[in-house]
Amino acid sequence: MAQHSTTPARSASPAGTLATYRRLWKMNLLSSLVQPLLYLLGLGVGVGSLVDRNTGSGAVLGTSSYVAFVVPGLLVTTAMGLGAGESMWPVMGGLKWQRGYHGIAATPLDARDIVLGHATWIAIRCAIAASAVAIVLALFPDTRSWGLAPSVLVAMLVGVSFAMPIMALSIGAERDGMFPAIQRFVVIPLFLFGGAFYPLSQLPVGVQWVAKIAPLWHGVVVARGFTTGQVDWPGVAGHLGYVALWVVAGTAIATRRMRGKLYT
Amino acid sequence: MPEPLIVAHQLVKRFGDFTAVDGIDVQVQPGEVFGFLGPNGAGKSSTMRMIGCVSPVTSGSLRLFGLDPATHGAKIRARIGVVPQLDTLDTELSVQENLWLYGRFFDLPRAEAKRRAVELLEFAQLSDRADSVVDNLSGGMKRRLSIARSLINNPELLLLDEPTTGLDPQARHVLWDRLYRLKQEGVTQVLTTHYMDEAEQLCDRLVVMDHGRIVAEGSPRSLIEQWSTREVLELRFPAGTNDTNAAQLAGIGERQELLPDRVLVYAHDGEAALVEAHARGLQPESALVRRASLEDVFLLLTGRSLAD
Repeated sequence: MAQHSTTPARSASPAGTLATYRRLWKMNLLSSLVQPLLYLLGLGVGVGSLVDRNTGSGAVLGTSSYVAFVVPGLLVTTAMGLGAGESMWPVMGGLKWQRGYHGIAATPLDARDIVLGHATWIAIRCAIAASAVAIVLALFPDTRSWGLAPSVLVAMLVGVSFAMPIMALSIGAERDGMFPAIQRFVVIPLFLFGGAFYPLSQLPVGVQWVAKIAPLWHGVVVARGFTTGQVDWPGVAGHLGYVALWVVAGTAIATRRMRGKLYT
Repeated sequence: MPEPLIVAHQLVKRFGDFTAVDGIDVQVQPGEVFGFLGPNGAGKSSTMRMIGCVSPVTSGSLRLFGLDPATHGAKIRARIGVVPQLDTLDTELSVQENLWLYGRFFDLPRAEAKRRAVELLEFAQLSDRADSVVDNLSGGMKRRLSIARSLINNPELLLLDEPTTGLDPQARHVLWDRLYRLKQEGVTQVLTTHYMDEAEQLCDRLVVMDHGRIVAEGSPRSLIEQWSTREVLELRFPAGTNDTNAAQLAGIGERQELLPDRVLVYAHDGEAALVEAHARGLQPESALVRRASLEDVFLLLTGRSLAD
């Protein structure tokens, strides 16, 4: 996991700052590609061949094939995992290990700039990773659609919606011991039970509600609308609005806690 | 006299029940090199953080460039440079990338940041390491890079928190030389240290802090003259006999200081004191006469040596 102790500055041209940012180009695109592609092959081809043979599954899935159903889930979960990871160890590194945030705090920038800068960086990473997955998906007729393009943006938003609340937790954390727990008890369960790889309706109602609290399912539903061409615009607005609430609340709390840590 | 650059009046910093800084008054003039001297926990770093506008003042008043940190923190920070106690360099980026990126935090145009970086690498004697990743630098080089980075915005005031702690003697002398050059260029400097020689070398004026308060203030020379005799006789006795031997020294010089490993006799004439000690039949394992230093002032004022 790469460490990012510094963030792009609040400046007239964040892209200009980023251009100096060698790590952007060094970052391992391949690794963020391998995992979704493995799932695509394993689930899409393996499980998919079973599912598609089961008459009536099309009605439950609402798509022509299982692979088509899984595509938006792959995009959005890729961004979720990346957003979560980027807001754990790198944030602790900025505060405690390399202490880069303290260096920035001594400049005219403040806690808000640091949080927004890191959020921008995470959004860009999520967008790049999701784009890479989308490009590969566009190579195959079964998974190709114009809906991949807006789905990349949805994935980016979901990535940030996980990153910001987790960042708020990371800023307050004394040690990095909680990070594997977040992975095991939040990220992986949502990956499995968040509606990415089968319809939530297959789960008990109680579990469905828990899954719907998190932003993942909302993003997957919207992205699936785009990739299948069945877009319900009021639904899109509602779901994305809910995801955005996580972003806004997480950012507000992270900023307050960051200020408390850096300016004591 | 020009307007002071820093004015602190009855400055207090509390963390919960703990009072780190307990009502200090300080003024620093433009162009001056000013030192906060004191043992660990004396309140030096807390004071520095308040001056650096990264720590809100609990009570009292603080003004830099006539501005209040509570309302103009970012504006003040734009005009100062900070060398923190612990390096906050980005260890994965190269030396020059650290400078460019930091310049961008001050909204320097990219070309300007690059131009400054070339100058500062020259100044910090790091030009040949411009492309090295920071992780691979020695401690002294990292410190020099921290100083170079703190100058990227052409600060009017430079804050250095224990700039040479942990460096070998050679690296310290290189740093001192660089700081002296900055002084000649008119950059006001405020530094903390617990090295007496550093304070004597660098500071025009300093305060000794202990338990959050200022216990003495002046130039290094005037502090020594005010608080110590001109010379000091250092006597070492066989282990375990310090107490009994020290008792026999009573009356020699102005006063004595009993340390775990040696006895100090403060006298205007150290040689004469040694002669008298010998006359009393004392046979120290070693005897040394030296000029009084800030260390002696510190010992008297705080009752402990700086190494504590």
